[in-house]
Amino acid sequence: MAYYEGLSPEQIEAQKSANIRWIWIVAGILAVITLIEFAIAFTDLPRMLKNIAFIILTIVKAFYIVAHFMHLKHEVKILIYAVILPMAFIVWLIVALLKEADTIFNVLFG
Amino acid sequence: MATNSIATNSKRGIWGGGVEPMKASYGKLMMWFFLVSDALTFSAFLTAYGTVRFAYPSFDYSQAYKFSTEYWPIPEKVFAAAPFITVEAPLVFVGIMTFILILSSVTMVLAVEAGHRGSRVEVEKWMLWTILGGLAFLGCQAWEWSHFISGTGPDSPYLQKGVTYLGASLTQNQYGPPAFADFFFFITGFHGTHVLSGVALNVLIFYNTVMGVYDRRGHYEMVEKVGLYWHFVDLVWVFVFTFFYLV
Repeated sequence: MAYYEGLSPEQIEAQKSANIRWIWIVAGILAVITLIEFAIAFTDLPRMLKNIAFIILTIVKAFYIVAHFMHLKHEVKILIYAVILPMAFIVWLIVALLKEADTIFNVLFG
Repeated sequence: MATNSIATNSKRGIWGGGVEPMKASYGKLMMWFFLVSDALTFSAFLTAYGTVRFAYPSFDYSQAYKFSTEYWPIPEKVFAAAPFITVEAPLVFVGIMTFILILSSVTMVLAVEAGHRGSRVEVEKWMLWTILGGLAFLGCQAWEWSHFISGTGPDSPYLQKGVTYLGASLTQNQYGPPAFADFFFFITGFHGTHVLSGVALNVLIFYNTVMGVYDRRGHYEMVEKVGLYWHFVDLVWVFVFTFFYLV
C-alpha cells in the first residue's frame, strides 16, 4: 500500500483502487494458504512432512501479514532490520529448548 | 530547508535530532518495538509448549486413537466439535475462527487505507466491521473454552486414578497430560486477552473517529497505530493455529 502524500486528486483515486485491490489480493492469498493447511491436515502424508509444510506455510502467511498489512515492506531498511533481527533470538530459543526436551524425554522414558 | 538537508545528508546528523531517522513517528516506532517484545513473549509460550510436548511420548499412529495421559493428545481429536452440529468436525470450528480474524484484519487495513485519504465515513464503516470481527472471534473462543472445560461424553469416559473425569481443569483433563490443558488455557487465554484489549482499542478509535477527533488533528495516524496492534493479534493467531492445532 503506497501513501497518498503529494498526489493530485486523480492520482489519489487511481492509487486508491490499486491499494484496495492489493489488500483483497493479500486477503485471498491468506485464505487460500489457510485452506491448503486445512487440506494437508487430513492427508495421509508422514507426520514430519506435514509439520514441515505447516511451518513453511505459516511463515509465508506471516510474511504477507507483516509486509503488507503491517506495511513493514514499505518502511525504511533500518526499521525493517530493527524488527526482524531480534527474531533470531527465537530461533536460538527453539533450537536450545527442543534439544532440552529431547534430554528430558530420554531421562523420563528412554 | 537548507539546514534540514544538511542534517540528513551527514550520518551524524540523522541521529542528531530534529529528523525522524526511521521515517516513522515516535508513537508508531514505539508500537513496533512493543510488538517485537510481545512477539518474544508469545514465542516463549509456544516454544515452551513445544518443549513439554516433545518431552512426552507421541501417539503411535498404528493404533486406534484413544485419550490417555500416557502420550500427548492429537489436537484434531481434541478439537473436533463445532456448535450446532453433532457429527465430528475436526478443526472446522478453529478454521472458521482463523477466517474471522483474518477478515477483521482485512477490514482493519481498509480502515487504515481510508484514514490515509482522510475519509471519515469509510474509516467509521471499516472500524465497525473490525470491531464486529473481534467480538465474533471472542464469542467463538468463549464457546471453545466452555466446550473444552465441560468435555465430551458420556460415551468417552476417561479414567484417571480410578475416577471418571470429563472435561478439563488446571490439574487434570480428559484429553491427555495435565500440561496439555494448562498450555491451552494459558496460550489461547493470553491471546484472547490481546484480542479483548484490541477490541477495546478499536472501540476507542471508532469513538474518536465519530467525534471528529482525527479530523481536527488533521491525520488518522492513531488508526494506523492501533491497526499495527490488531494485525499483530492476527499474526499471533496464525502461529497459535499452526503450533497448537495443526502440528
